[in-house]
Formats: sequence, C-alpha cells, structure tokens
Amino acid sequence: MTGHPLRIGFIPLVDASALIVAVDKGFAAAEGLDVTLVREVSWSNVRDKLNIGLFDAAHLLAPVAIASSLGLGHIKVPIVAPFNLGINGNAITISPALHAALMAQADGDPDDPMVTAKALAQVVAARKKAGQEPLTFGMTFPYSTHNYQLRFWMAAGGVDPDEDVQLVVLPPPYMVESLANGLVDAFCVGAPWNSVAVDLGIGHILHFAADILKRGAEKVLAVRGKWAEENPDVLVRLIRAHQRAADFIEDPANRAEAAQVLSRADRINVDAEVIGRTLDGRLKISPDGTLRASQRYLLVGREGAARPDPVQAAWLYAQMVRWGQTKLTEAGLKTALAVFRPDLYDTAIGIKGGNGHSVTDGIGAFVGPVFDPSDIAAHLKSFAIFRR
Amino acid sequence: MPAEPFFKIVIVDESPIRAAILEEGLREAGFTSVERIGDMHNLLARIYALDPDVILIDLENPSRDVLEQMFQVSRAVKRPIAMFVDQSDSASIQASVDAGVSAYIVDGLKKERIKPVLDLCISRFNAFARLQNELEKTKSALEERKVIDRAKGLLMKLKGLSEDEAYVLMRSTAMREKKRIGEIAQSIITASEILK
Repeated sequence: MTGHPLRIGFIPLVDASALIVAVDKGFAAAEGLDVTLVREVSWSNVRDKLNIGLFDAAHLLAPVAIASSLGLGHIKVPIVAPFNLGINGNAITISPALHAALMAQADGDPDDPMVTAKALAQVVAARKKAGQEPLTFGMTFPYSTHNYQLRFWMAAGGVDPDEDVQLVVLPPPYMVESLANGLVDAFCVGAPWNSVAVDLGIGHILHFAADILKRGAEKVLAVRGKWAEENPDVLVRLIRAHQRAADFIEDPANRAEAAQVLSRADRINVDAEVIGRTLDGRLKISPDGTLRASQRYLLVGREGAARPDPVQAAWLYAQMVRWGQTKLTEAGLKTALAVFRPDLYDTAIGIKGGNGHSVTDGIGAFVGPVFDPSDIAAHLKSFAIFRR
Repeated sequence: MPAEPFFKIVIVDESPIRAAILEEGLREAGFTSVERIGDMHNLLARIYALDPDVILIDLENPSRDVLEQMFQVSRAVKRPIAMFVDQSDSASIQASVDAGVSAYIVDGLKKERIKPVLDLCISRFNAFARLQNELEKTKSALEERKVIDRAKGLLMKLKGLSEDEAYVLMRSTAMREKKRIGEIAQSIITASEILK
C-alpha cells in the first residue's frame, strides 16, 4: 500500500527536526503519508514553492508565514501554521574582537541581555567617535525571528538598528565564513551554525534567543490555507506524525538516535554530536570550552511548544510594525493571528486547549511591559526606538 | 519590435556557462547593458555599485534571500526593488520557478516592459537545463559503452567467442531478462571480479 504523497520543503536547521524525524523514523508512513523531503537553499525558495503549490507543506520561518498572509514582500497567499516546529533555538554569536570590547564595557552578568545591550551602545558610540565603520550584524531574512530578536535586544540598550549599526541578510551556511573573514562582526542564526563558529574558534555565543524572549515561536509547519481546507484528513495525519516525532525527540533516551537521523548528508549534514548539543541545550559558548546549559535553548515539543499560540503571531506582527515593515491595522492583526491555528492542532491531537507553560504573557521578553496583543499601539509606544 | 536597450540588467549566477548563455540571448535581443556577478561576497554592495533596473538570479543560489532585503524601504536600501511578478501573474511565477530563476526589478518599473526579459531568461534557463541533461546522458552513454566493451572482452577471453558473438550473447540475454545491455555487461564484470 502506498501512502498519500506529500512534498515538503525544509532548510537544513535543527529546528526542522520534528519534520525530519517524522519522515525518517516512519511516523509519517504510519499515518499513511508518503512524504518526500526537499532540502532547499533559501527561505525565498521555500516560500515561493509553498505558495505556488510545488510544496504541500514547508518548514518555514514563523514571520514569513505571516508576511505571506499579509502580502508583504511577495504576492499574498494565506498560510496557516497548524504545528509549531520550535520555540527559541537561535543564538547571537559575536567575533572575538567584539566580544572583548563588550566584556570590557559590561557592567553586570554578561548573560543578562540588558547588560550586553548597554555595553553594545557604548562600543557603538566609541566607534562612531573614532570614525570607525559601524558594526555589521548578519541575520537570515527581513521577515525573520533573527532580525526581530537582534533589533529587540540592541534597541533595549539604546542602539538604533537602522541608524547605528548595519543589519545584513546572509544565508545561514555563509554566516560562519562571513564572521571569520570579517564581513560581519556578529550574527543571529539558528542551530547548528553558532556552535560551528565556536568550534572553529572564531566566535563567542553571546546570547541564547531564550535570554531575550522566554518563548519565541521560531519555525512552523506551514501549509496554504486553501490546502488545509481541502485536505483536512491529511492535515490531521500530518500533525499527528509531527507530534509523535516531537515526543520522540524530547525523550532524552532518544536524543542520540535523533541526532544521528538529523546529521545525514541529505538532511542537516552536520556532525551528530553538534546537533545533539543543541537538542540537549548544552552549548559550548566560547572557544576556550566554556559550557552553558539552558532548559529553554530549543523547545521542540515540551512545555506545549508544538501548539501554535496566536500570541506569538501578534508579537511578531508587532515587530513588523515597530520596524516599519507594515502599518498597524485591525485587519492586519486579525490576519496575523489567524495564521497560528491551535484549533487545528487540538483537533488532530485530541486535546482541549491549554498552553502547557507558565510564561505570563506567553512571550516573556527581558524588557518592556507585559505583551498585550489587544493593544499593540500602546505596547509599542513604551519603547523608545521604533519607526514611526 | 526593438527592445529597450537602456535597461541595466545584472545576472547573479554562479554558473558561468549558464550566465553566458543568458547574456548572449539578452545582447541578441538588444539589451546591451548586462553584467554578471558570480561571486557572492558583498553581493548587495556590488549590486548597489552597478545600480541595475533588473536583477536575475538562479534559484539554487542561497544568496537569493540577500536580495529580498532590498524590498525594505529603509535607509540601507538605495533603490527599493520588487518581485517581478504580481498577484495576477501566477503563471509567470510558475514558469520561472520551474525554469529555476527569479527576477527582481526596481520598484515602479512597468512590468510589461520587462516581460520580454523574463521570458527570454526562462527560455534560456530551460535550454541550459536541457543541454545539461543531454550532457549527462552523453556521459552515461559513454560510460556504458566502456562497460560493454570490457564485458565483451571478458566473454571473448573466457568463452573463446568472437567480438560479434560476445555482443550478440549479451544483447540476447538483455532481451530475455528485460534489462538494458549495460546492466548485463555490468553483472558480467562484477561476476568475473568475484570469481577471480
């Protein structure tokens, strides 16, 4: 018996693990799905191939799903996310020179993003005074969590991300090389690239994304809204296969096997040991071997991570507004909220509601007021730096 | 109809042959201002320096995401660019994705004026893919010929056959087993190596 054929695109990153494990460990086949995974080289490709129907589903940056539904940067195609592939998982990595400069200014715990953001402001001011080039930060896409996390962090210290530094898009596989040859001074990217830079001795992990937001939706399983309507049964099976994969990955007894599956050349193609570190949340953060562990580094299924939370969509939409990518409107917010579909998730998994976490506003940002999705305008006014 | 040669076109492609094929086509069509970027370092800075009206990039290029940054209307972006396609033109997106190319234009430029550029680009990309396919086929045919010759030699030596007889034996076996003659030749070579 052959299963229902599906083509699903992904970018080789550790937060695609629920998707990859669902396919390679047979959870998708057990649901009667015959999935062909297609490894892609750019988010633009993933978005376009999903939008025009060459992919049935995709591993997608959460903000790209929202941007596509709003028609930002590309044609407007309503996308829905019935499964959240990961919460957190990014890190900010900086060059040894910038690390030394920041640590010289840091007044307090360097794991505290407010301390490093203020230090960054001083370094930026000193460079300006000395007539040096502005610092350059690499991130993955204009509509990316990496872009918003970097901006949120540095703006808290008084650094204007559009005026005081340069933010440039770089494909994740080019990040490490660009840091090594000085094209960028720092970058924000998902696993495994931060660890790769540390292992090569050319970067220090300054922050885990979880330092900036306790809960930040990272990648989603994305499908076209129309496809979801036309294929409700297939969608249920796809969500169930992903949940089983997420549960598998989160069981520490399976970590080594999961890392092995993910490390294959046609999947993430990075050493299983490096992938294992990310899944365990125990990362080498400095070339001298310093380890840092965090229970929140990357949540694949635990703490309700897999259930799409519309609050996350609202927060990402608020960042698009804050940085001038779109205007705040009722309709826009409504569209953004409708991308994240906990109802589809609950139907498939057979549970009733409940977010399964204890972060008060669902975001847990290190600075600013409690996030209120019903009053984004007031929320944004509380920040000194934003594009009016 | 004469083309509009004053468009400045940049081709971002790591394949020099494909870029040359495209460039030639564009020049023939009257677009004289064509530049190629084959090295992805400092891509945006180089594009700003060339200041093109149209950018063509192959879809296998991870740097495509870098171009999307130019959609942003910010100080960092000198001339905002846009996707070539719009909401009503899903056929164009389909055709270009199928061909493996994507086009970006300076915001405000009328899309119908650029349409011939994209059409030409799609047909040249498709032609290149066909060429590559044929090349692959020729290569594997050559490989197969070598394998058949080796197997023929083995049969001649082991069974004392003439060249023609050895070939006829392989061909009839292939027909009987519904396999390609190359596969039969390969199994003869494998078997002889095991039995050595």
